[in-house]
Amino acid sequence: MTEKDPRDGLVDHLPALRAFALSLTRNSATADDMVQDTVVKAWTNIEKFKPGTNMRAWLFTILRNTYYSRRRKMNREVADVDGVFTASLSVKPDHDGRMQLNDFKKAFETLPDEQREALILVGASGFSYEEAAGMCGVAVGTIKSRANRGRSKLAELLELGKEGPVELTDQATMAVVAGAGNGLQ
Amino acid sequence: MATGKDEDAARIEEIIDQNLKLVYSDLVQDELPDRFKDLLAVLKAQDAGGKAQK
Repeated sequence: MTEKDPRDGLVDHLPALRAFALSLTRNSATADDMVQDTVVKAWTNIEKFKPGTNMRAWLFTILRNTYYSRRRKMNREVADVDGVFTASLSVKPDHDGRMQLNDFKKAFETLPDEQREALILVGASGFSYEEAAGMCGVAVGTIKSRANRGRSKLAELLELGKEGPVELTDQATMAVVAGAGNGLQ
Repeated sequence: MATGKDEDAARIEEIIDQNLKLVYSDLVQDELPDRFKDLLAVLKAQDAGGKAQK
């Protein structure tokens, strides 16, 4: 009997890995290079992956380490940003949600790397604060603080809640808020 | 009132996270370039070649 090769599972994580790379680099060419580096590293170091643990978290960790190592070498925080968020928009527009989602993406692109990373990991990818902290090699409180600072900055840039009730951006958001129940008039 | 402010803050956080999820799922649904499938095929072939030589 042969044991299942964990490398066979790599392909399933590629779309999420690439999305994370795009979020970090904000440049599609750089993101694809990072994904390629990550895949090669994962493939050749597969014995370091512990079966039964979260492969996606392992791959994201390799990718982010590759990214920050490259950033250190280049000695600058911001690589070429090619507006990858605003360019690749396939979300179906809900009323005027498309326009507002674009505003959101533009604002998101301006956040520092560490805040974008924290928000993507815990706000979008569904990792817990503990998992994200482990992946980033920092304390849980640091991830919470980065995510909160990122959210505050986004709220400020998008002028959320500045005047009166918080503006709703699309149907999905409205559904979430409606689900939350109280507080809305 | 503090409670109202807390509710506002919680609502803003929900809106931001919901938008984050939309942005992220948009990127995840992006078509994967062929180079990655090609890369995996090359890595697999290299491994198979290496094992065959052993």
